[in-house]
Amino acid sequence: MIGFFALAIVLIASAVWTVAARKPVYSVVALLLHFAALAALYVTLNAEFLAVTQIIVYSGAILVLFLFVIALLSSGVAAFAQGPDRLPKAAIPAGFAVLVGFGLLAFGLANATPQATATSNSGSLHGAAGLANVFGSVADFGKALFTTHLLPFEITALILMVAVIGVVLLAGDVTPFVSRTADTKRVKREMREAILKEGGE
Amino acid sequence: MDLTVLPVALGDYIGLSLVIFFIGVAGIALRRNPLIVLMSIELMWNAANLLFITFARVYMNNAGHIFAFLVITVAAAEAAIGLAIVVVVFRNAKNVDVDDVRILRG
Repeated sequence: MIGFFALAIVLIASAVWTVAARKPVYSVVALLLHFAALAALYVTLNAEFLAVTQIIVYSGAILVLFLFVIALLSSGVAAFAQGPDRLPKAAIPAGFAVLVGFGLLAFGLANATPQATATSNSGSLHGAAGLANVFGSVADFGKALFTTHLLPFEITALILMVAVIGVVLLAGDVTPFVSRTADTKRVKREMREAILKEGGE
Repeated sequence: MDLTVLPVALGDYIGLSLVIFFIGVAGIALRRNPLIVLMSIELMWNAANLLFITFARVYMNNAGHIFAFLVITVAAAEAAIGLAIVVVVFRNAKNVDVDDVRILRG
């Protein structure tokens, strides 16, 4: 219960920070904190697989995409061109955050293992991880995803493919809806006219 | 329906989700940087996901987890396409401000 309210405070504060941050990079950092806290909240709601998915997809993929776009758009802007000068200042908090993270990980590992084995027989909610009859476990989720809800899962593949094709068409090097042959014809005609003009003079 | 198994009351989860959702709405309404607007949309996706997972837990039904999974997938696709649009607009206009992009306006 205290855990919920602590997580709720972190969630709301990081959401406000995301919206109110002056620079997009700070927003990304705040959003990373938000997603981590949300994954922890998912674990308390017995959605283990979704917590891991949240970390991998959001923190691992989407936020890195945001960072790449920010780096792309602000290359050449003075504040970002300074770059490495800020690194020594950031090293201390970053190292501290890594240490805290490892400490939490070790603490969780030390405490979680005996609990999981001790309560594995106490019902359908608090069982050992990986059993199919435990609500929200990976096995439970996978069984539902590949049997009852197979069609939505297949549609997901279509959605992702459409997104990939759309992004390549939008941001790719070649402008999509201009015919290549027409372009080359235009270039050749211009070259021919230039040669004719030179010859005329 | 057994509400007593939740760590806290159901209303607390709904309230938290609503607060996060409307922080995202405020971000879309108030900010002009398209990247921050996209991040606000991500906040709103996640507020909805939190409700899906909460009610999946309340009813002990897996369908909420499946739907949240699909929402994460669609959010990833949306973020990719939105960022591609931002890159294209920036490449053409050299200006990242959603109020200045008026090409599609009538």
